[in-house]
Amino acid sequence: MMAFLEFRTISKSYPGVQALSDISFAVEKGVVHGLMGENGAGKSTLIRILSGDQSADTGSILIEGEEQNYRSARDAFHAGVIVIHQELQLVPELTVAENLWLGRFPGKAGIIDSRTLVETVRTKLEEIGIDVDPNAKVSTLSIGARQMVEIAKAVMLEARVIALDEPTSSLSSRESEILFSLIEKLKSNGTIILYVSHRLDEIFRLCDSLTVLRDGKLAAHHLKVADTTRDQIISEMVGREISNIWGWRERPLGDVRLDVRSLSGPKLRNPINFSVRKGEILGLFGLIGAGRSEMARLLYGADNRHQGSVSIDGVAISPNNPKAAINAGMVFCPEDRKFDGIVQGRSIEENITISSRRHFSPFGILSPKKEAALADRFIAKLRVRTPSRKQDIINLSGGNQQKVILGRGLSEQGVKVLVIDEPTRGIDVGAKSEIYEILYELAASGIAIIVISSELPEVMGISDRIIVMCQGRVAADIPRSDFDERNILTAALPDKNAAGTI
Amino acid sequence: MNSLKKILLGEQGLVVIFAAAFVIVSIFVPNFLSERNMLGLLQSVVTIGIVSCTMMFCLASRDFDLSVGSTVAFSGMIAVMVSNASGSILLGLLAALLAGGAVGLFNGVVIAKFRINALITTLATMQIVRGLALIASDGRAVGINDPNFYQLALSRIFTIPTPIWIMILLFIVFGFVLNRTVFGKNTLAIGGNPEASRLAGVNVVRMRIWIFALQGFVCAIAGILLASRITSGQPNAATGLELSVISACVLGGVSLAGGRAAMTGVIVGVLIMGIAENVMNLLNIQAFYQYVVRGCILLIAVLLDNLRSTAAGRGRV
Repeated sequence: MMAFLEFRTISKSYPGVQALSDISFAVEKGVVHGLMGENGAGKSTLIRILSGDQSADTGSILIEGEEQNYRSARDAFHAGVIVIHQELQLVPELTVAENLWLGRFPGKAGIIDSRTLVETVRTKLEEIGIDVDPNAKVSTLSIGARQMVEIAKAVMLEARVIALDEPTSSLSSRESEILFSLIEKLKSNGTIILYVSHRLDEIFRLCDSLTVLRDGKLAAHHLKVADTTRDQIISEMVGREISNIWGWRERPLGDVRLDVRSLSGPKLRNPINFSVRKGEILGLFGLIGAGRSEMARLLYGADNRHQGSVSIDGVAISPNNPKAAINAGMVFCPEDRKFDGIVQGRSIEENITISSRRHFSPFGILSPKKEAALADRFIAKLRVRTPSRKQDIINLSGGNQQKVILGRGLSEQGVKVLVIDEPTRGIDVGAKSEIYEILYELAASGIAIIVISSELPEVMGISDRIIVMCQGRVAADIPRSDFDERNILTAALPDKNAAGTI
Repeated sequence: MNSLKKILLGEQGLVVIFAAAFVIVSIFVPNFLSERNMLGLLQSVVTIGIVSCTMMFCLASRDFDLSVGSTVAFSGMIAVMVSNASGSILLGLLAALLAGGAVGLFNGVVIAKFRINALITTLATMQIVRGLALIASDGRAVGINDPNFYQLALSRIFTIPTPIWIMILLFIVFGFVLNRTVFGKNTLAIGGNPEASRLAGVNVVRMRIWIFALQGFVCAIAGILLASRITSGQPNAATGLELSVISACVLGGVSLAGGRAAMTGVIVGVLIMGIAENVMNLLNIQAFYQYVVRGCILLIAVLLDNLRSTAAGRGRV
């Protein structure tokens, strides 16, 4: 039997990263096919290539034996491939029917035939069993209902392949059930569903076949999900050799430096408690959406907390104010360098001194000499590679930008706690080791460090202790002697407590 | 062609354009280079020049202020009316500065604290303040009683009129503030990336309020000098000033996307606006055409800003 959808030797690299290498697998018609892997395993890249959003360096995609070489999302769409992303792509102020017809409204001379518009959509929604009013504005619908509408749109466009990227991440369990029965229905119509998820329960429940990716490579391909086990899949996801690029070494730890008591906020409903000692590097791991970054932002006061306290060396920090956190000795390097980190269009020097310059500026008047000296000191200390401190930060590589932002925090006086979110995202391997080395040096000087990362090997490689988060809660607190990929990942996967509250 | 493009879009591009325009105009327009005309030219750009100083801060922090023209008229009016009523010029000036600062403060609080779009907010205050000026004067010009008030604009120091000195002084002060103070650098940082600045401990809300308050205050200085020069408080003075000022700033390389500004650029931008107007007057071009030319200059300025941003490798936000 001919494979309906086939990936043939797909490779893709980004600067410094081999995102996918030599991926080949095939999916038969009328099948729900699962795609699993850790964060960064290459799932999203593969989906992006399938959707025409990006093109592969080598390799090809075949649909019904026909090679596709589409160049844009539009071409993919014409080939019958529709990807439904986590961020839905509907126009909130239009009705369901209008959204489904958007771009090709029925009617004559620019006047919309509203009866056809509504009735075709009503018929279609009834046919596939979606209970949504075609005249409802999308903005009034729940996230779950919007997702249904998005799928209905795919059906109306006669999609042959529908890829769903983490579709249940923001759905309630009831909404998920409705989604699952819809998927079953589409499958019986012969549509291929490519189902990307972290949740093992869902994979076992929905998928016929499964591909596991790891570090951009094909780790396993199962023709029948029923023939495998949960443990097998987990070990396929993590089974990599641990190379020693981390350079971790034992450090003496001091007293408790950072103490967090029943902290909760907008996305972290359950109060969180933990502490970090002087000289300790605490790794914070969790899958996307587990609440890692939200926690970091709460600690620093970047977002407003609901309750709880954060104290450094026994002194509570006043909440919801980054400046108070800075004054108390906390430094934060945000996850998204481009949006929250660098100040584009300004020099490296200004980017380093932005928060500390007030200390050496009597009456707010700057001292160019001191500013330059400070910038040069951190450029040297953190080994930022640049021809001059006057260089616009936008011209630096990701690794060097990260160092500048680190320097910005460290140039403050009396740094006691460093919170660093995704320290090496988009950074090449050489620069990564350098950043780890810097973190060890800082820890050795007594700073308590929290490293947040979605890369499990990194967290395991550099942390003295790991806190695993799952669905906004602390799922496990593991000392270095007990580090084990399987345990950590199991704690991070949400479906182990699917019977729980959420 | 390519190198020409580089020069025109580079840091010094504007200065090059300005120098070329200046030379051409000096050669071809009679009387342009005379001392009298030069002083007249500078005199004519005093209002634009002074207000540009703070508009530069406003734009550099990614904000916008349309209410400057109204504030200039309103504070000029206040200066005249309070001086007349109290018999003390000093009191009048003080009241004007306070009034201008209050308008700016109001703008700042509404925009930064209540997070209302700056364009809409200042569009509203532009009309409110103009209305207040008209109500206060019943729509008529208010003459100055004390002739000493004229002296503000008429007096000369080393043969150069005082308002020009004040403009130059403000250029120096705000150039220093922009480049050499925490306030100036934070302004640029906010414009470059507000969220990153907030996370780095910059109090973005307070900064924005101060920038608008300062803008109002400086408008009041311009308003006082204008009232003194036209010897009365005119409720309809300085209409359309906001557009000339923003044109001058953008022409001077201040990015509408924020984060990029230079005092020298703004000075040159102001002078270009002044020269364009001056030359058209010298050549007896009808006032109606001057609107068209001014509009064209604004368009060219925005186009240049866009080209410069693309050349600098960052898109408009």
